[in-house]
Amino acid sequence: MGYGIGTRLVEDFLARSCVGRCHSYSEITDIIAQVAFKMYLGITPSVTCNNSSRNEFSLILDKNPLVEFVEELPAGRSSLCYCNLLCGIIRGALEMVHLAADVTFLQDRLKGDSVTEIGITFLKKPEEKKYRRKK
Amino acid sequence: MAIFSVYVVNKAGGLIYQLDSYAPRAEAEKTFSYPLDLLLKLHDERVLVAFGQRDGIRVGHAVLAINGVDVNGKYTADGKEVLEYLGNPANYPVSIRFGRPRLTSNEKLMLASMFHSLFAIGSQLSPEQGSSGIEMLETDTFKLHCFQTLTGIKFVVLADPRQAGIDSLLRKIYEIYSDFALKNPFYSLEMPIRVSTGSPLYLKWRKSLRPHPLSSFVPPGPGLGVSCLTRI
Repeated sequence: MGYGIGTRLVEDFLARSCVGRCHSYSEITDIIAQVAFKMYLGITPSVTCNNSSRNEFSLILDKNPLVEFVEELPAGRSSLCYCNLLCGIIRGALEMVHLAADVTFLQDRLKGDSVTEIGITFLKKPEEKKYRRKK
Repeated sequence: MAIFSVYVVNKAGGLIYQLDSYAPRAEAEKTFSYPLDLLLKLHDERVLVAFGQRDGIRVGHAVLAINGVDVNGKYTADGKEVLEYLGNPANYPVSIRFGRPRLTSNEKLMLASMFHSLFAIGSQLSPEQGSSGIEMLETDTFKLHCFQTLTGIKFVVLADPRQAGIDSLLRKIYEIYSDFALKNPFYSLEMPIRVSTGSPLYLKWRKSLRPHPLSSFVPPGPGLGVSCLTRI
């Protein structure tokens, strides 16, 4: 579901914000955090870099509007990733600009962790296509 | 009319939306008597003027209507062949309307794909890496502006050479595309866009094509030619 949203959301995002091409993964993650999240959810997660090879990043959300009215996960659903939608959106959006990425929840406040953390792992370099038009 | 056409091309090079909003400016209707002093020939399913240019009728113009009735390619509305009809002295005097032939939907599809390929070639020819591709193509009668989004969709606008502000128009069209096509749950990505002429977003689109409020009336034409070709 999130993937479907992401593939379309990215065009809307690119149309409304005037970001140009990004030249590095950290730049991409920064833009996702500072511009996109702000535009659509009104929050600005902070970005940390996990991996020294600069392929893995985390977004730490201190406030998640999607779970504003959720106190705890329903009984019997304790393994539910409530906000997996967000991961799908990020994954779909990156795929539309030809960047394969793995997006997962590393920590989830609903499951008892202190913060909500989304991890983005870029899988491989953007392919060297015949005409490099986007990153 | 300052904006002549809008084309939207998807990532694979297929035309997904097309809108024409120009009236053919060169049209001439004349009454002729036998024998016809123009040389007509059949080309590409149309009857074209090969020789005998006069009075606004130029070489390359096609027969658009005979006696006020539009012709259907090389056949008249009754199903008779145009050349045969015009070769028969009994049908004269006859009034024929000549004009620049309009592109058919299939021709537009083909031309859009060709432009997509040329765009790719243009990017490769660039001496610098990371070229944006063809942004503008200028001729003496029109200027073609192209905007490629980071996701690979191209918006192409053909406009009057003197028309300014096309860049912002292209951005606006991108916004309207993302509003209308992408937020429509029944629209599949990369597929031809079907637009109903009465929908408020279509009207908004047409309004954004008219930068000057006093420009001539643009009829809500069947610019959905492409969507008519493929039923979703």
